[in-house]
Amino acid sequence: MNARTLMIVAAARQIADRDVVFAGMRLPLIGFAVAKSTHAPGAVGLFENGLIREVPARGMVVTMGDGPNQHGATLATSLIDVMGMLQRGRVNVGFLGGAEVDALGNLNTTKVGATRLPGSGGGSDIAAHAQRCVFIMEHERRRFVERVSYITSRPRGPVTLITTLGVFALNAGPARVVSLHPDVTHDRVIEQTGFALEFEGATRTPEPSDAELEAIRTADPTGFWTGASQ
Amino acid sequence: MSKLATTADAVARLVHDGDRVSAACGLEARIPFSAGHEIIRQGKRNLTLVGPISDMLYDQLIGAGCVRALEVAWVGNVGAGLGHNFRRAAEANPPRITITDYTNLTYAIGLRAAAEGIPFGVTRSLFGTDIASQHDAFREIKDPFGDECVFAVRAISVDVAIVVAQRADANGNAHVWGNLGTTLESVRAAQRVIVLAEELVDPDVIRSEPNRTLIPGLLVDAVVVEPGAAHPSPVEGYRERDHAAFEAYHRATRTSEGTDAWRREWIENVGDRAAYMKKLHA
Repeated sequence: MNARTLMIVAAARQIADRDVVFAGMRLPLIGFAVAKSTHAPGAVGLFENGLIREVPARGMVVTMGDGPNQHGATLATSLIDVMGMLQRGRVNVGFLGGAEVDALGNLNTTKVGATRLPGSGGGSDIAAHAQRCVFIMEHERRRFVERVSYITSRPRGPVTLITTLGVFALNAGPARVVSLHPDVTHDRVIEQTGFALEFEGATRTPEPSDAELEAIRTADPTGFWTGASQ
Repeated sequence: MSKLATTADAVARLVHDGDRVSAACGLEARIPFSAGHEIIRQGKRNLTLVGPISDMLYDQLIGAGCVRALEVAWVGNVGAGLGHNFRRAAEANPPRITITDYTNLTYAIGLRAAAEGIPFGVTRSLFGTDIASQHDAFREIKDPFGDECVFAVRAISVDVAIVVAQRADANGNAHVWGNLGTTLESVRAAQRVIVLAEELVDPDVIRSEPNRTLIPGLLVDAVVVEPGAAHPSPVEGYRERDHAAFEAYHRATRTSEGTDAWRREWIENVGDRAAYMKKLHA
């Protein structure tokens, strides 16, 4: 079981049936498709380019403007229309990624030292207005810092952080381990995390079900996102 | 009155050195690459590029030395991540470009204010972020009707907007579909508008579906009928995204020398979009 597959399934499980979701791109998009075809058939996906989808995309999607993300959309409109609904509080859960995260759930996607990153995109708005957020990141010590050097996104609600090592809870009391992925040790997590974590109550990330694995194969047939082809 | 033009004529006449240019409002779809390449061929300088997200075109304009400033929410190559020329220009000492960071929503709100001719819009975004304090386009203000604080976002003015439409008539009335990003606000905020259309249609076709007419001709200065103008970005109903072209650009532009070679091959040595499409399919 590779980490990406576990991360996608963990992301999918963050989506409840009938949730309104800012799913974004890459792994969360596959997570949305998995949730839709397993436990959350009523979930609705919002895309900041102006799309609303009630069925997952069929075919490879690299950007949210790609044909497969347009075809079968329920609504095609303007950025401000969809993000206005977000600001109005209509979004239950928003997915984000970043270069740096801290114990308070602040994200940096703008600049680290002299390195200039692409910037917020819609991330800062999603963090500000989604009722809760899910971050998906590679777990490396240089990314998991006590305080981010630049706050691009300040989440309004609780954050579930899904990494290559486990699942964590931020911005709702002290930073806490929810579960560790199979074969990941406490020591390894501590070594790769630049802020303190509470381990009490931590479990193992459950293995994906057959139905979830099947849904991933359907959503990512070539293994482009899950790395299954590599 | 016909507004039909070639890309070269439209860019020569309507894009000036120092302009504030919106050329990336579709959010990964309908990006006006052909006009961007013509801006590079004509050597326009000191442009300020505005936009929420630009997939690769802004990186090309920066690499060609056309750009002085960016007012944007995200710059890069969406499939590959970063844009090499953007990074080189931003990380140079001293930096070769100035960057005003927005978020997608606050950008759209500032643009809409300009589109409506008012000085600012308001948002509940930005609280607790460093974006808010980095420049003076945002001001925290009190709701005049209550006690809440919000951020005012200064109107984002635009000299020239360049947009891709699926079809247009000769007067510039254009049908657009698929996701819209900030297309409507860009056109309405701009002083001058260039429409690049996949197809020229009779005004009767436009009037047969007025809900699809998202760009009224009264705002348009030039209509260029140019199939493939948005390549390699997608145009819903006409063209899929050419992922390989984005990846090839990403690989080719890791160095400044590589960027120069890529630009010679795909822009400078190619006279216009028809020649580009011919080269692409050779």
